[in-house]
Amino acid sequence: MKSVVVRFPGSNCDEDMFYALQELGLNPSFVSAQSDISLADYDAIFLPGGFSYGDYLRTGAIARFSPIMQAVQAAADNGQLVVGICNGFQILTESGLLPGQLMMNEVPGFICDETLLQVEQAESAFTNAYTTDEILIPVAHADGRYYADEQTLADLESNHQIVFKYTSNLNGSEDMIAGITNKQGNVLGMMPHPERAVDPLIGNTDGQNFFKSILATVATQGVN
Amino acid sequence: MYLAKIKVTYKPSVLDPQGEVIKSALHRLDYETVEQVIQGKYFEVRLSADSLAAANGLVESMTEALLINQNTETYNYTVEEVEA
Repeated sequence: MKSVVVRFPGSNCDEDMFYALQELGLNPSFVSAQSDISLADYDAIFLPGGFSYGDYLRTGAIARFSPIMQAVQAAADNGQLVVGICNGFQILTESGLLPGQLMMNEVPGFICDETLLQVEQAESAFTNAYTTDEILIPVAHADGRYYADEQTLADLESNHQIVFKYTSNLNGSEDMIAGITNKQGNVLGMMPHPERAVDPLIGNTDGQNFFKSILATVATQGVN
Repeated sequence: MYLAKIKVTYKPSVLDPQGEVIKSALHRLDYETVEQVIQGKYFEVRLSADSLAAANGLVESMTEALLINQNTETYNYTVEEVEA
C-alpha cells in the first residue's frame, strides 16, 4: 500500500494527515500541488484540510486549477481512492469530482468541536472497518454547509453516496450531509477530520477505522 | 482596452447567511423597513480584445470558468471600451 498527501499552498492539516497515515500503516509520502507528475503508483490520494490559496474567491476555487489536479482527476477516473478532508472536500466539489458545493455555515462563524456522525454506508471503501454506526469525529470549518439541488440530493440518496451524516444540525447542511462519495464510490469528501482522532493520547480514536477501512479496501482490490 | 464590471450573486433559492446577518444588524439600527439584503461579489476586469463582441465572450467564459460556481451563483456584467 502506498498513499500520498497533496500539499497545497495554505494546507495546514497535511502533517496531521501524514502522521495518521504513517501510524496506521498506509505508507504515506508528500507531493506538492505545484508538481505536474503522475499519481498512478498510489493506491490512495489525500487532499488535506487548510486554506488552500487563502481560500480566495471561494474555498477550493483556485486550488482546483493546481497542476497536480490533472493527476488527481486521472487517478479518480482510474479507480484509485481519492479522499478530501475539509478543504480537500471543498477542492473536490469545485473540481467537479464530487457533486454539490460547500458553503458558509448557516450561522456564520468557525465551528471547532467534536461531533457525532452517523455512518450511513457500512460497506463503503472508507467505512467497512467500522463496527458501530455512530462515531465521534472533530470538526473545524466555517464553510461546511453542504448544498446541492434537489435532483442531486435525490441521486446521492438513491445511489448510496451519502456516507456520513451529522446526528444533529451542525452547520445547516442539506440532509445533514457530512460526507459523500462519487457514484463509483472511490472518491470521498467529508468535512470532519478523522485524521485528528487516531492517537489514544488525544483521547479519541474513532478516526482509526476510517484508515483501516482504506487499508482493507486496498488489500482486497490491490492496485499495488 | 475594455473594462468589464461583473456582479455575482447567489441564486434566489440559495441561503445567503451574510445577507441575513446584515439585515438583522440594519434592523437593530432601526432601519426597520429593510426587507431583504443580498450580499454578492463585484469584479472589475481590464482586458484587451479584438472587438466588443470578443470581449463579451471572454468575460462570459472566464466568469463561468472561475469567478462563479454555477451550482449556486449567477451573474450579470457590462463591458465598455476604455483608454489603454
